[in-house]
Order: sequence, then structure tokens, then C-alpha cells
Amino acid sequence: MSVESLKCKECGTSYELDASYVCENCFGPLEVAYDFSGLDPEEVKRGIQAGSQGIWRYRDFLPFEGHASDPLEPGLTPLLKADRLAERLGVGAEIWIKNDAANPTHSFKDRVVAVAVAKAKELGFETVACASTGNLANAVAAHAAAAGLDSYVFVPANLEEQKLLATGVYGTNLVGVRGNYDDVNRLCTQLAETHPWAFVNVNLRPYYAEGSKTLAYETVEQLGWKLPDRVVSPIASGSLFTKLGRGFQEWLDLGLVEGEQPTFNGAQAAGCSPVATAFAEGWDVCKPQRPETIAKSLAIGDPADGPYAVEHARRTGGGVDSVDDQEIREGIKLLAETTGIFTETAGGVTVGVLRKLAERGELADGERVVVYITGEGLKTLDATRDTFQMHEIDPALESFEAEFPQEVAV
Amino acid sequence: MAVTVKIPTQLRAATGGQSELEVEGGTVGEVLDAVFDAHGGLKDRITQDGDLRRFVNVYVSGEDIRFQQGLETSINDGDEVTILPAVAGG
Repeated sequence: MSVESLKCKECGTSYELDASYVCENCFGPLEVAYDFSGLDPEEVKRGIQAGSQGIWRYRDFLPFEGHASDPLEPGLTPLLKADRLAERLGVGAEIWIKNDAANPTHSFKDRVVAVAVAKAKELGFETVACASTGNLANAVAAHAAAAGLDSYVFVPANLEEQKLLATGVYGTNLVGVRGNYDDVNRLCTQLAETHPWAFVNVNLRPYYAEGSKTLAYETVEQLGWKLPDRVVSPIASGSLFTKLGRGFQEWLDLGLVEGEQPTFNGAQAAGCSPVATAFAEGWDVCKPQRPETIAKSLAIGDPADGPYAVEHARRTGGGVDSVDDQEIREGIKLLAETTGIFTETAGGVTVGVLRKLAERGELADGERVVVYITGEGLKTLDATRDTFQMHEIDPALESFEAEFPQEVAV
Repeated sequence: MAVTVKIPTQLRAATGGQSELEVEGGTVGEVLDAVFDAHGGLKDRITQDGDLRRFVNVYVSGEDIRFQQGLETSINDGDEVTILPAVAGG
């Protein structure tokens, strides 16, 4: 039994494992604390390898004492070596793509929501809810449907149509708020005080965030129980970024893997870059911004874990960069053309930053780099519009030959 | 200027359970000082060295004060000051 308490990340005060997320003494965020001292690394490893084909194989590291029920288990998404991408970037580094679009609702959010919904059920909630930039909305609506819970999903009303459609289909109460994500988030923080609901990323956030650690565990396992030298990950709230670091650290501390924390490079859109700005300016807080970017899933102007993301990038000798909308579109195309993976705008941001690191000569020969692709291209189709041309012809041989005169028939 | 200050659940132990306070003040800083005068236990919870702690958000009628003049943001009649945790979302 390893899960112990909720603990304030700022002042260390401990709390019961219930639906709370803020320290009453200093207003800091609460995080799940574990006691791993009784675990034998070899035994844990065997347990993982004999476990389910998804995130519940890492149950020793998730905030449950018993068996968490989950009809829509995410995880064990492909980790692919992207040699042609490395070649196009002109680097001698080993580039790996962790394609987390290959989850039940096509983004990494299935991981965090699976954990939060299982916890909501355990705590006796009948309704789950969230403030979302889109991917989370899809995941909460789907996992609530699978678990037989009611759900309320709050999003900015101007979200991509694909993300709205892929949410509403699950029969959720979809609420489009006239405002940006930070307005939605403030509203949900207030609603969480007055409604007896499990807001996955408000009052259940300490548990929810734990789900992101499974991306780190899978990476280690899929690399043959080795750590990457560097990771490139998108940053919205900063939660994924910091929890990847925590996942690697837990396994280092337990002796499940040897080495040191990878270098962490964060990726933001230039139109919403509070974390990249704080990193560049040397601040330990993030100044909020009003987002203006095509990468809507990363459009959080007031990132809750921004300060921790900045700290982690600094501590590991990494950084946080940003790319503009054009570079995001090019990033989507570069990944698609070299790996066959079609990512959404957030992935375009991540690949755009990878390209920047390559151009600056920061990727060393032989270095093992894992790039986290967190969402699916079909959800942000507008970003690829007008980036290529379709050839329209008549159904006749001469029409084809006239269009492609260089292709000689044999 | 009379103003209503909304207190989040997590701070109500320090206000004797009250969710709203009525105080006077011309700026956010003055309003918060008036709140601290009435409920001493609040000050250390949300400020440090004279500034708001990094996980505290304050809004004046729905607008984050960091988009305005921070603690110097002026208060108009009928404004509502809301204190909320900054650790949600994402």
C-alpha cells in the first residue's frame, strides 16, 4: 500500500486523500505522496511486465489502494524511431516519437482522465466535469460515458469544430463559454465550490495529474528500461511537463532505471508563451497572457504549473522555446512527411521546437531524444488547409498524363 | 469605496466560515489590507513579503489584476473582488 496522502508542494502540509487541491496554509497546489520504501524493484518490474496492456500496469505508482476500474484503458502507445525526421533535420541524434494520439480519444488526456474518473468513482461522485481546451473535453465526455457517470464539459465557445463534435457525441452536457480558456478555468474553479461534482482538473487535479507520469514510465519501458537523454514536450499548464520529470525521478529513486533526469525542452506557441517568457526572463512566476494562436489546445495564458515547469527546465539544463503559427504548420507537415504521423497543432508546436533545437546545434550526435506528440491531426484540420494542392482531373488517361507529364507510362 | 470580497472555500477557516466580506478601499491593496485587519489569519496564507503568493489569483469583477495594475488596481463602486486558487486547469 504505497499511496499515503495529499501533500502541499510549497509548504509540505499533509492532507487526507479526498477531493481537495489547495493548501489551506499557503494556497500551494497539493500533490499525491507515496511511500515506495517497501517495493522491491525486480518484483515491481515483473508486476509491470505481467500487467495490463495500458496505464494500469503502473498501478503501484498511481493513487489507488485497490483495483481501479476502467472500461476505456489508455496507454502503451507506440514509441517510434524517426530516422527520416532526424535526417531531414540534419542531426546525428536518435529521434523517437511517442505517438500519444493513439489513445481512445486520440490525445494524452485519456491518461489523466482515466485516473481522475476512477478516483471520482472511488470517492462516490456521480458527476464529473472539466475546464478544457478541447482534448480534455473529448476524454472526459468519453470516459464518463464509459463509466456511466454524468458529465459537464466547459470549453471556450470558439473551439475547433472537430473538438466540439468529438465531445458532444458522447452525450455530455457541453457548455461553450464566451471567453478564453482562462475565463473557463476561473468559472470552473468557482463552480467547484458550489457543485458536488468531480472537476477532474480542479478539485481532483492532484490525482488527475498523476496520470501523466505513465508517459514517462512507458518511455523507459519501451526504450528497454533506459532513460532518454532529452525530451521535448509541449507546455500548456505545465502539468504534463513536470509530471514526466516526476515519473522519471520516481523510477530513478526506486532503482528501476539507472542514469539521470533527461534534459527537458518545453514547447509553446509564440501566441501563448507565458512559460517560455518566464524562462527567457529568468522569472520564477509566469506573467499571464491573452492567447492568440492556432494551437488552441496549448492556449493557457495563466498556467497553473508554469513555475514548476520553468524550474524543471532550468534544473535539467534544458529550456522552453516558442514557435509561431507558420512554424506550427510546418512542424505538422514535417512530422507527417517523415513519419506518417498526423498530429494536431500542439504536435506542430513540439516538432517546431525540435527543429529549432536542431538548427541551433543543441542535439548532439547519438543523443536519444524523445518527442511527445500529444494529439491527433484530425482534430485541428484547419491548420493543414491550403498547405498542399490537390490535382483535379477527368477520369481519362490523357487527363492524368497532361497533369503529370513527367510520369512516363511503361 | 464599499466593496464585496469573495472568499474561497479553502480560506474560510480564517474568516469564521464567511464566504463574503464587506470592506472599504480604493485599490485592491487597500481592500486586502482591510480584509487582513478584520481576519488576521488570512494575511500569511495569501501573502508573503508584502506580495501575493504565487498561487493566488485576484480578480476585480472577473478581470485578473495582473492584466491591470496589480495591487494598485483601482476599485470602482459596485466592483466585486474575488480571491481564487491559481492551481486549477490544464
